[in-house]
Amino acid sequence: MSSTLLKVSGLSMRFGGLLAVDGIDFEVAKDEVFAIIGPNGAGKTTVFNCVGGFYKPSSGVVEMDGQRISGLPSHMVARHGLVRTFQNVRLFKQLTVLENLLVAQHTQVENRLLPGLLKLPGYRRSEEQAQERAAQWLDFMGLREYANREAGNLAYGHQRRLEIARCMITKPRLLMLDEPAAGLNPQEKRDLQGLIDRLRREFGVAVLLIEHDMSLIMGISDRILVMEHGRAITTGSPEQVRSDERVIKAYLGEE
Amino acid sequence: MSDLIPQLTQQIFNGLSLGAIYALIAIGYTMVYGIIGMINFAHGEIYMIGAYVGLVTLTAIGTQTGLPLPLMVAAMLVVAMAVTGAYGYTLERVAYRPVRGSPRLVALISAIGMSIFLQNWMALGQGARDMAVPALFSGGINFDMGADGFGVTMPYSRIMIIVVTVVLMIGLTLFIKYSRMGRASRACSQDMHMANLLGIDTNKVISFTFVLGAMLAAVGGVLIAITIGKLNPFIGFIVGIKAFTAAVLGGIGSIPGAMLGGVLLGLAETFAAAYISSQYKDIVAFSLLVLILLFRPTGLLGKPEVEKV
Amino acid sequence: MSKHLKPAIIAAILAGVLIMPVFGLQLVRQGARTLLEPNLVMVLIAMAVVFVGQLCRDWLLLPFKAMRRGLPTLPAAPTGGNKLLIVLLVAAAVIWPFFSGRSSVDIATLVLIYVMLALGLNIVVGFAGLLDLGFVGFYAVGAYTYALLYQWAGFGFWEALPIAGAMAALFGFLLGFPVLRLRGDYLAIVTLGFGEIIRLLLINLNQYTNGPDGISGIPKPTVFGMEMQRRASEPGGQTFHEIMGWTFQNHHMVIYLYLMALVLALITLFVSTRLIRMPVGRAWEALREDEIACRSLGLNPTRIKLSAFTLGAMFAGFGGAFFAARQGLVNPESFTFIESALILAIVVLGGMGSQVGVILAAILLTVVPELAREFAEYRMLIFGLVMVLMMVWRPQGLLPMKRPHVELKK
Repeated sequence: MSSTLLKVSGLSMRFGGLLAVDGIDFEVAKDEVFAIIGPNGAGKTTVFNCVGGFYKPSSGVVEMDGQRISGLPSHMVARHGLVRTFQNVRLFKQLTVLENLLVAQHTQVENRLLPGLLKLPGYRRSEEQAQERAAQWLDFMGLREYANREAGNLAYGHQRRLEIARCMITKPRLLMLDEPAAGLNPQEKRDLQGLIDRLRREFGVAVLLIEHDMSLIMGISDRILVMEHGRAITTGSPEQVRSDERVIKAYLGEE
Repeated sequence: MSDLIPQLTQQIFNGLSLGAIYALIAIGYTMVYGIIGMINFAHGEIYMIGAYVGLVTLTAIGTQTGLPLPLMVAAMLVVAMAVTGAYGYTLERVAYRPVRGSPRLVALISAIGMSIFLQNWMALGQGARDMAVPALFSGGINFDMGADGFGVTMPYSRIMIIVVTVVLMIGLTLFIKYSRMGRASRACSQDMHMANLLGIDTNKVISFTFVLGAMLAAVGGVLIAITIGKLNPFIGFIVGIKAFTAAVLGGIGSIPGAMLGGVLLGLAETFAAAYISSQYKDIVAFSLLVLILLFRPTGLLGKPEVEKV
Repeated sequence: MSKHLKPAIIAAILAGVLIMPVFGLQLVRQGARTLLEPNLVMVLIAMAVVFVGQLCRDWLLLPFKAMRRGLPTLPAAPTGGNKLLIVLLVAAAVIWPFFSGRSSVDIATLVLIYVMLALGLNIVVGFAGLLDLGFVGFYAVGAYTYALLYQWAGFGFWEALPIAGAMAALFGFLLGFPVLRLRGDYLAIVTLGFGEIIRLLLINLNQYTNGPDGISGIPKPTVFGMEMQRRASEPGGQTFHEIMGWTFQNHHMVIYLYLMALVLALITLFVSTRLIRMPVGRAWEALREDEIACRSLGLNPTRIKLSAFTLGAMFAGFGGAFFAARQGLVNPESFTFIESALILAIVVLGGMGSQVGVILAAILLTVVPELAREFAEYRMLIFGLVMVLMMVWRPQGLLPMKRPHVELKK
């Protein structure tokens, strides 16, 4: 029990007459990579939004390390160590790459008014440290040369990496990636796989991801939840899932 | 106690006639918002222009010609509607269409600028001070209720407001439901992009929306001018905000909502003026606006929105 | 050419319809009667102008199309490098009033008040991207706070100033707290509503605010407690001039007011320049760009918006207190929606977020109407028109600024 980081029980989400998510249960362990897959419209992103606090679930409970986070606003959920990326990359496009990483550290820096206005030593140290941490992540992601460029001007693959770096700089315990491989070429996808693995090993962060790219899913996931029409079809290891008849049927034609 | 019923009846009647005006103007706001997602800040000025055009028409005809009253009023309405329709069309082309793709603040400022421009445009043309409107209707229906002889007075002018408004509402509802343009409007307000792909000329629908809203506001303007007996170029501002409050109250984007909201606001304001204080009646409207937007921004007849992430 | 003919005719007819009931048939009072004075010549001229204009449309629009891109963007507001330039400018601003006429200095003081207000609103609208149409409400709170403190407790300007700012900030906090989660247009209308409510309350709460008559006799700022007047208002007191051994002249007070306004404006400028480079300023900009991304990173949008709103309100409060001191009286008529619109126009014209642009726009929008006094009738008309034109042709403002951004030290 102590190794369970995220626990989702009976999650349901109703939009007017549409039941987008119906009774979903799953758990993510502390350094596990857990994937949610399913055909389009299965409700995967809705699950993400419920877990992340962007939607208030119609019913069900989400717990993080035993603490209930369902019903909390999204910024509070993030402060519990749960951050996410988005399907259409949501960078602060007019801010520089560096500034994107600085903003993400907002809760960790000296953000009171007086020390900042007077440039007190404590403030200056805090800013330096924030810059250093940002520089470290830029190096890790190989983005250092773009530090002062507008984030919106980066190549797409770099933007995705920056978004992940921005999440990681908040020192999360669970990283939620929403279709991180979309729009990437095969080499970039291989790099992504290596990156996720590295993040998990070096930073001990658990990963929850939604993806359509099967080779990525099979290569990186510890366990997979398959959804269709808002419901869970099955949960299991990659081998179990790929040979499950129901899964194959749901995906008829996809692979 | 015996005074209560006639008093209430009087207030309800007054509230309904006031609410009818708000409803007419609110429809304009709600239609425009429903279709392009923008608050037409200058809509109050359209109402004001309608009132002035009515007065000019009336002055041109002259009150002594012996024409039957309904005909004169009809003439005022027709001319006012035609002119404000033109204003509504031009307003959209000049101040809103060019900024359609821009961020919200840009469109809003353009609208505010237009509002200020139109107020001063009229002030330059017809003077900034109050203008008197000759009284066309005198008298009304009087009920004597209660032992003390406290009566309910229903001036003909106010009865006319309610009648005209009801007729227009029915007409509008039928039009939206059964006509081609009405269907196209509904399609556009639901999904503009899709409507475009289906071959609907969305620009024409948008122009039509502005024109129709303007015409209804003009009716409101003319009727108010006749009833109250005076006007000035700055009456659009406060009435505009109140009508917008009514639109939000009923559910922005919903025409029945605008009608309902208008009536409710008219009643609320009348009762507040009667039983709290007439000085604070404007505050009632503004406070109502703030409260609705805080607690139920989708209004009474609107659907709660979920933000798509 | 001929393809323009039909639209030109339609446009001309449209123009005729628009102008006729406003300028073509003017209502004139003659005793108890109202008559119409026809002015058909004007209508016909207007129609002709529109007709010709439509025909030559593409041509005429050329300079405006150029304007869309043309004007330069300024480099970021002064940071370290230009220190000498700033010192020179400030020194010039300090020395200037001693060599200028009284009315010029007076106008300059008004400009400085608007600079202060516009920089304050710039924090709310330009940095944080919040549509605030009720800014004048906080201005009024600051002014009336000073007025009431004087009336009830004999406070002088310097004692009242911090309280005025604090009260305005408090109002900003209380107002902002519930409404800042509303989106764009709705926030604008609600803030407009608040501004109007404050004005209506000021008019109607007679026993507190003296209603439409307002409060008068408000004293001007003192110099370290010494009054700057011809004679001390209290027996036995000494005026500033008596102590310095100078003779009092009226325009000394005008210069003093100017210098105080300059100080306040410079403080506002300094603070807002610092803020944009601090974490809170970065958070404002990030929030303006993408609120959902901010939330996903743990930033509390309401608290961040509230900080912008409250700070902006505080500066409006300072401006209001100074305004009260300068005018000597306050009444609700000074605090209408048009003031909010004017300050907003300054911010937008200057290029939202650009402090130098905002300062220049404040100067422009305050000085030009003063110079063109004969056109006073047309002032608001032109103002409205300019607002529309700016949004259509150059929404980023006359002199938008390149963002000051944090550079990575290599």
